[in-house]
Amino acid sequence: MTTSRAERTANYVILVAFAAFALWPVLSVLLTAVGPETAAVAREGRTLHLENFAAAWTQGRFSQYMATSVVVSVLVVSVSLVCSVMAGYAFGTMRFRGEQALFYVFLLGIMVPTEAIIVPLFFDLRSLGLTNTVWGVALPQIAQSIAFGTYWMRAYFRGANRSIIEAGRLDGAGSHRILWQILVPIGRPAITTLVLLTFMWTWNEFLIPLVMSPSGDVRTAPLALAFFQGQQVQGTTLLAAAAVLVALPVVVVYLFLQRHFIRGMIEGAVRE
Amino acid sequence: MASSSALRADPATVRGDAARRPARSWRRRLAPYGFLLPAFVLYGMFLLVPILRAAQLSLFEWDGLTLGTFVGLDNYAAVVTDPRLREAFGHALVLVVFFSLLPVAIGLLLAAVLNRGRVRGLPFFRTVIFLPQVVAMVVVAVAWRQIYAPDGWLNDALRGVGLGSLTRPWLGDFTYSLPAVGTIGTWVSMGLVTVLLLAGMSRVPTELYEAARLDGAGAVRELVAITLPAVRAEITVALTLTIIAALKTFDLVYVTTGGGPGTSTTVPSYEVYRRAFQLGEVGMAAAVGITLMVLIFAINLVVNRVGDRSTT
Repeated sequence: MTTSRAERTANYVILVAFAAFALWPVLSVLLTAVGPETAAVAREGRTLHLENFAAAWTQGRFSQYMATSVVVSVLVVSVSLVCSVMAGYAFGTMRFRGEQALFYVFLLGIMVPTEAIIVPLFFDLRSLGLTNTVWGVALPQIAQSIAFGTYWMRAYFRGANRSIIEAGRLDGAGSHRILWQILVPIGRPAITTLVLLTFMWTWNEFLIPLVMSPSGDVRTAPLALAFFQGQQVQGTTLLAAAAVLVALPVVVVYLFLQRHFIRGMIEGAVRE
Repeated sequence: MASSSALRADPATVRGDAARRPARSWRRRLAPYGFLLPAFVLYGMFLLVPILRAAQLSLFEWDGLTLGTFVGLDNYAAVVTDPRLREAFGHALVLVVFFSLLPVAIGLLLAAVLNRGRVRGLPFFRTVIFLPQVVAMVVVAVAWRQIYAPDGWLNDALRGVGLGSLTRPWLGDFTYSLPAVGTIGTWVSMGLVTVLLLAGMSRVPTELYEAARLDGAGAVRELVAITLPAVRAEITVALTLTIIAALKTFDLVYVTTGGGPGTSTTVPSYEVYRRAFQLGEVGMAAAVGITLMVLIFAINLVVNRVGDRSTT
């Protein structure tokens, strides 16, 4: 295909403009984060002030809140993954009564906004004594992740090679062995994508940890950042440094495994 | 059991199989439900039951502490009549323009350029434009607050080019705070939409474009005659996703404006939070949440109906 020179130039102008628009806020936070915190520090004349990250880390008590985020993420990802793999296996490879209706019930969960369920979740889990616990923050997110995960794994198992399942069955492998020893190892790419998406959604979640832990005992990193903002009325430097720290885990994983993120969010969105 | 196929000739084993068959078929029939059980229990307890409970709560006037009083559909009537709630839903519709319509327009432009132009650096561009999707919304909000601040980058830039009269505290301005929040939504959504549309466009056979060019079609005709019809399904998906994102914006508003100044950026999800956990209007909050859910289902249905009809 050929395109005229003028059109090529116009194309690059458009792309560069939008790339700049996309990068600008990210870069501005990064630049602020490594800038001098005060005028006095600025007079030292260094260009990179990496000590801001350490200061933000200790002042915002991020070691505690990051640890909470890690625990919540590990719980949500692992529990929802095992449940989704099993449920997706049933929907993708087996025939049973009520299959369609049950699947639609799971699909419903992908669309239900957290806002619709957060009110009863808080009051009911409070009566159960689960608010201000890790489980109170994790369980609602596990349920949401199961909805998407089941949909995602079903699509994988439907596309999995039938003859492999048949061969396993002829060899006398039970349905559990076919699942865990044959299909799961082959399905590693699909499972990796699901793990990464679930991790991202859990790490970035805001409303559920905000509501489910009113005392702040189970404060996750994004929440800690919002509270840190309330304290840092004057200083934007440390706030920017804290913002970088909170975004970093997901962004780093994204930069290395971006194919999984992009493909996952696109394939997960396109309905059958 | 693993060796049963090898021993099939053995009459004793055959008889054993026959004797076991009823038990096995029972197990076979129940197996799917066994696999579904853990997922269904957790999903049911923490998603399905809360929906039903929310519907129940929405019929009561309850402050979260004392006994509630049954008020029927009064809370839903208030969703329509309460000026603040009407305003919140109105703002959500404005946000749809910023979160959904604008990004789809931008996405079409960018995807068409990337697809048609055979530009260099496509992987880099894709990584950059998709990046806002993976950054936590709180971080996004912090970044944009610094841009919009009275002494922030945006006002500095305006002053720098001699437009100092246009400077204002963007997020504290009654007129401009909602568009300012909306612009953040455009920034977040455009990458997802672009990548989605690009995936659709890359499936269009190159010959179609070549034929169109031989017939002397320009970029615009090409877009209208070939590209748009080919990516209708992707546009439908993009609209669905971004409209839902617009309607359930919470963290962004919570961190950037807190619904203010006044009520100028309040949205339904923020009203759910405020009423349930700050004002003690639990039943009303549940009603707003349920309304929001029904609205999302309805929009989903309509967008997909229209999308389906126009493809056939």
